[in-house]
Amino acid sequence: MNLQPPVVKVENVVKQFGRFAALRGVTAEFEGGRFHVILGDNGAGKTTLLRALAGLAHPTRGAVSILGKTPHEACRDLGYMAHPSLLYDEMSGIENLRYFASLYDIPGDDRCREVIRAVGLDPELARPVGKYSQGMRQRMSLARAILHDPKILLLDEPFSNVDVHSAREMVALLAGMRDAGKTIFVVTHQAALLEGAADEFLWMENGQIVDRTRDLSTHSTYPEPA
Amino acid sequence: MNLFWSIMLATLAKDIRLEWRSKDALNAMLFFSLLVVVIFVFSFDPLAEESRHIVGGLVWVAFLFAAVVALNQTWARELRNQVLDAYRVSPAPATALFVAKVLGNFLFVSVLEALMTPLFVIFYNLHVLGPAWQLIPVALLGTWALVVNGTFFAAMSLRTRSRELMLPLLLFPVSIPAVLGMVAATTSILTGENPAHFYIVLLLTYDVVFTTACIGLFDTVLQAE
Repeated sequence: MNLQPPVVKVENVVKQFGRFAALRGVTAEFEGGRFHVILGDNGAGKTTLLRALAGLAHPTRGAVSILGKTPHEACRDLGYMAHPSLLYDEMSGIENLRYFASLYDIPGDDRCREVIRAVGLDPELARPVGKYSQGMRQRMSLARAILHDPKILLLDEPFSNVDVHSAREMVALLAGMRDAGKTIFVVTHQAALLEGAADEFLWMENGQIVDRTRDLSTHSTYPEPA
Repeated sequence: MNLFWSIMLATLAKDIRLEWRSKDALNAMLFFSLLVVVIFVFSFDPLAEESRHIVGGLVWVAFLFAAVVALNQTWARELRNQVLDAYRVSPAPATALFVAKVLGNFLFVSVLEALMTPLFVIFYNLHVLGPAWQLIPVALLGTWALVVNGTFFAAMSLRTRSRELMLPLLLFPVSIPAVLGMVAATTSILTGENPAHFYIVLLLTYDVVFTTACIGLFDTVLQAE
């Protein structure tokens, strides 16, 4: 029996963009220290749900609670990685992280170097991020998201344009973070990469969560037809 | 308070570094202002006496239009790769970002003014008849008026489809009292006909009111979708 209180609660969240409802009354609770994967077709509402959890999309109706607080109040406990890199192309990796570290009042370079190494990059790389390969940019983006050691990680398409070997390394890193007690949410189209590492798969359709499974293969529409 | 200053200074240093590397705003502003000076000189070819009466308007209109280029660049940089979202999800105060952006723009526009003013003096054969030192507070207060509103309205128009058109549409009407003050003060000092004190106080009041309002409202603008 699970007695852990949920760390993330979503209550009847509706998010409308004009007449279009990206989220249509999403209600869910998520346990801490687990690896949740959000799946669904394009336009299903995955990214909007993640942005609502991050506090970037304000629900039209309903409420999001992170560790009993609003996403804005819980911002020190949230790490967010979007589909774009959220990095300055003209600055090197360490320069980017130094700036973002200052936003979280993290002194010195030690933590910046530590997270760059953790994602498999070289902190001494002087090349601007704009000249990184897509895979390197994704890794640096992950480094930015974990820089302040958040309790909850929200990752939108972290493996897109990343080669399989690098993606598996990133999955192993995330699984290790989950084992260390972090709660991880990943929006992806590459569900197969996370089989064995993830604790739960959420299936979204038309702005609603339609299924939650522990095993990828138990969902009726998986694997999708080629 | 300490955190505010450290974030503000880090953001300002980052903006200066990015501008130093790209020179996007400074190059565009310089070429634009240079064109304005040359076009007006060939269009009017004024005598020294006439210059003193019209150059106040020309200078400030040129700087106002050129500043719009820098103001658009300020936020365009934050939109690339959606970097602004990284700031929005952080605990950093919105006002630290705003103040850093205003100071950065103030610096860039001041550099432009420092480079362009000698050209105006040469091309228009200017000799100041009033107290020349008063041009310094007029320039500082006038530039602040332009950049504080400009930075705010550029942030407001950030998510609109045609934001480069939207900024002047929002900024210019609000800037009319400040521009009138700057032009009248500059003309008064150049011609030496009237004291400029009233206009300097007007600019100071304008700056205090609009800086307070912009700082107070910026968090709402930043968090808007």
